[in-house]
Amino acid sequence: MRYIPNSQADRQQMLAEIGVDSTEQLFAGIPEKLRLRRLLDLPKALSESELLEYFRKRASKNEIEPAAFIGAGIYRHYIPIVIDALISRSEFYTAYTPYQAEIAQGTLQAIFEFQTYIAQLTGMEVANASLYDGSTGLAEAILMAQRVTRKNKFLVARSVHPEYRAVVDTYAKNLGIQIELIGYAPDGRLNLEQLASKLDSNTAAVVVQSPNFFGTIERTHDVAEMAHKHDAMSITNVCEAISLGILKPAGEDQSEKRRADIVVGEAQSFGIPPSFGGPHVGFLATREKYVRQMPGRLVGMGKDFSGRRGFVLTLSTREQHIRREKATSNICTNQSLCALMATIYLAVVGPKGLREICEHNVFKTDYAVTQIRERTKFRVLFSAPRFNEFVIQNPLPLGEGRRAPSAPGEGFSSPGLPLWRFYPELGNARLLCVTEINSREQIDRMVQGLAS
Amino acid sequence: MSKQERAAGHFSINESLLFEEGSPGRRAFDLSPLDVPLKQMGALMDPELLRGEIDGMPELSEVDVIRHFTRLSTWNYHIDLGLYPLGSCTMKYNPKINERVARLEGFAFAHPYLPAQMIQGALEVQKTLEDCLAEISGMDAITLQPAAGAHGELTGILMVRAYHESRGNPRRSILIPDSAHGTNPASAAIAGYVVESVPSNKRGTIDIGALQKIVNHEVAAIMITNPNTLGIFESEIAEITELLHRQGALVYMDGANLNALMGMTRPGDFGIDVLHINLHKTFTTPHGGGGPGAGPVAVKKVLEPFLPYPVIESKTDGTYSFNYDRPHSIGRIKAYNGQFGMHVRALCYILANGAEGLKEVSEVAVLNANYIRSKLKSAYALAYDSASLHEVVFSDRLQARKDVHVWDIAKRLMDYGFHPPTVSFPLIVPGAIMIEPTESESRQELDAFVQAMLAIDTEAEQNPEIVKSAPHTTRVGRIDEAAAARRPILRWRAG
Repeated sequence: MRYIPNSQADRQQMLAEIGVDSTEQLFAGIPEKLRLRRLLDLPKALSESELLEYFRKRASKNEIEPAAFIGAGIYRHYIPIVIDALISRSEFYTAYTPYQAEIAQGTLQAIFEFQTYIAQLTGMEVANASLYDGSTGLAEAILMAQRVTRKNKFLVARSVHPEYRAVVDTYAKNLGIQIELIGYAPDGRLNLEQLASKLDSNTAAVVVQSPNFFGTIERTHDVAEMAHKHDAMSITNVCEAISLGILKPAGEDQSEKRRADIVVGEAQSFGIPPSFGGPHVGFLATREKYVRQMPGRLVGMGKDFSGRRGFVLTLSTREQHIRREKATSNICTNQSLCALMATIYLAVVGPKGLREICEHNVFKTDYAVTQIRERTKFRVLFSAPRFNEFVIQNPLPLGEGRRAPSAPGEGFSSPGLPLWRFYPELGNARLLCVTEINSREQIDRMVQGLAS
Repeated sequence: MSKQERAAGHFSINESLLFEEGSPGRRAFDLSPLDVPLKQMGALMDPELLRGEIDGMPELSEVDVIRHFTRLSTWNYHIDLGLYPLGSCTMKYNPKINERVARLEGFAFAHPYLPAQMIQGALEVQKTLEDCLAEISGMDAITLQPAAGAHGELTGILMVRAYHESRGNPRRSILIPDSAHGTNPASAAIAGYVVESVPSNKRGTIDIGALQKIVNHEVAAIMITNPNTLGIFESEIAEITELLHRQGALVYMDGANLNALMGMTRPGDFGIDVLHINLHKTFTTPHGGGGPGAGPVAVKKVLEPFLPYPVIESKTDGTYSFNYDRPHSIGRIKAYNGQFGMHVRALCYILANGAEGLKEVSEVAVLNANYIRSKLKSAYALAYDSASLHEVVFSDRLQARKDVHVWDIAKRLMDYGFHPPTVSFPLIVPGAIMIEPTESESRQELDAFVQAMLAIDTEAEQNPEIVKSAPHTTRVGRIDEAAAARRPILRWRAG
């Protein structure tokens, strides 16, 4: 096998030095009745050129047309070439978790930079070294709020990504956590009256997403203020991290009462390809006072014994390898390389580039909305300001709408994501996403498709 | 070249934090011109929704960015540089072809919310990987949704809970051997269980007598690792699983050490009901400096109804689809369907090996570990005498007499050009040194490591100070971790 250096001759010599006759003898600890005495039934081994062909063939069966106008938590943004060039360095991608700080300073400093970027963008004081993704990140944020408040009632916006809510349900159900959903108002934002009526002193936290699943921008600071009046925490979830480049961050406000306590989210938009849903990278940012309740790894800045600056995993007494069943989370391996991708992305685009990308997203989305309103029979739902997603409703009932293409490359007559599975009350509605990679021509063609 | 010369001095360029670099007006990025009408942002949304400048975010050129991260990268040890003998972590070579195929545009830019007919390639890859993992593990069904090993543990224990609930009582506790990974008890706790510890016997395996006393009708499952974290096969595993099953309890297996077993024995054949598999260990997806990993979970038929939804189904016409109609499912454990990019890499590795190749992997992994064992056992105290499979655990008992401890040995290894083994784990071995070489290492590399370990043992006798103050050749010395934790600095700030 080409990945195994030791030849048969090497192996024979090693066996002789160990003092056994065959490798078979080394497996004597496995009782004979449990041994597999046949070959595994697997596809036959392929050469490298056959592997390339095998995977190329399957990759070509997936549609990757950006004119699908589909987002819903996984976004198509331009990915600068620099990112792949750097993360393809073995020094980054084949290294282990940086437990041995002296020979892992590269990874450690990069994660420290990730933590800094996330804190800056969210307006929070501290951020962790990453979580698996946005959905598990939100579940971790809710568990964290339960630890901080010792309360169990959570008010969660229905306009939070439906799959994130599903993950929260799975995590929460055995821990005494009760989730109550808060609906959306006709303008697409959180129904604040409903929130007010459900908030009470038993509420642990209010969870809102901005931009929310419909793409509309929430008044997160108003929500935080309402939550804090009842001693509840305010958790803001961010699925579309690019929006942090232009929207006022939930963690930032003149008044402390209007700042979120936890900002959690998904940073896939920062230079990470959609990759059919993963790997992406979750982040969690909070106030310094809650740092010992945070889940996941943290990199701290310190000094070695001769006073040189260095970085090291810190506050690990929160973690499973020390605290075991009393840990703040069971997470161990996280998404370090994806956090590095996000860090490189932010270094490349810089503050001005990030703002420009945001502007292109907003303007192109506004253009698409305007065109659909003017040229088609589709309704654009929700009047609140939006970032790069919006909901359109087909005047025809479900089942009579247009169909998706039946094969890759055929072209989309039905852009975006149908919402019937998640929001049946919206009828024949679809969620569309327009980013900086979509040209005016693509948008026009999509609108024409809807019009005909 | 003498082995002590393996590591030599080399320049290491100092590099500031990104936030200390750059200069206003530098750019590494250009957007295509805007081709839709430019508007006033204030006309589209209330200015109160908009942010000001992002404090402290640097402006850099493309060269700045490349130099910065390239310099940082040179401060890392990595598997392409040399042996990485971390026990339980299975740091093996990550084939380059894996990286190439995962980056194919049809995979990298596939979106899971497109209609099934437009994502057939991705679904086929996932389904094929499921089938391969089921065969390798001897189990009946797989979910690829969990993002890492610990996430798989949680998924598996939630399925255990759902199974018991469906029979009327979720039960109360999960039994975990004292040699287990810390993630095991942490995962059981999130699933709402009390954790009870199972002692090991003097052979380093589960004390079946002690186990008999604590197994009862309130035990939901035992979480075992096999081979365990000492690298020892639980030879009474069939009796253990039978004991648990007699009481209606299930058996969870932490598959972290599957690299020892491929083609030799299958968890499904020795009574395991549910296990997770670390694709970033056995199946060569890269560790990435701490992730992403992937932690598929394999189950027997009885647990199949409880798998996270959706599950992938293959239809008679040769096409694939997601099935969301799973009334007994534990729910979702992650958005979408797992770390697909890792699934592509793992399948690529399995197909590169085939059945014979994977068996050879386990054979050589075990051979390499035993080679190290035979070469080091005169200088370092074996924690247990029992036969080792893919890893071997020593203790620092002999060196500790000279006040040289496991962390000193670990740090001194860096001066010899090696990443240290896993140390101070498993917790049941004081001063544990846990070595897993994997099949990726040549005899020469193993010999160099052995010589370094022997040299350190000699130093512990003759010059213990040099060991206790190590490392001497790295960019930074030992970081004062206590000080770093006392007043944590977790981000850069201006000024």
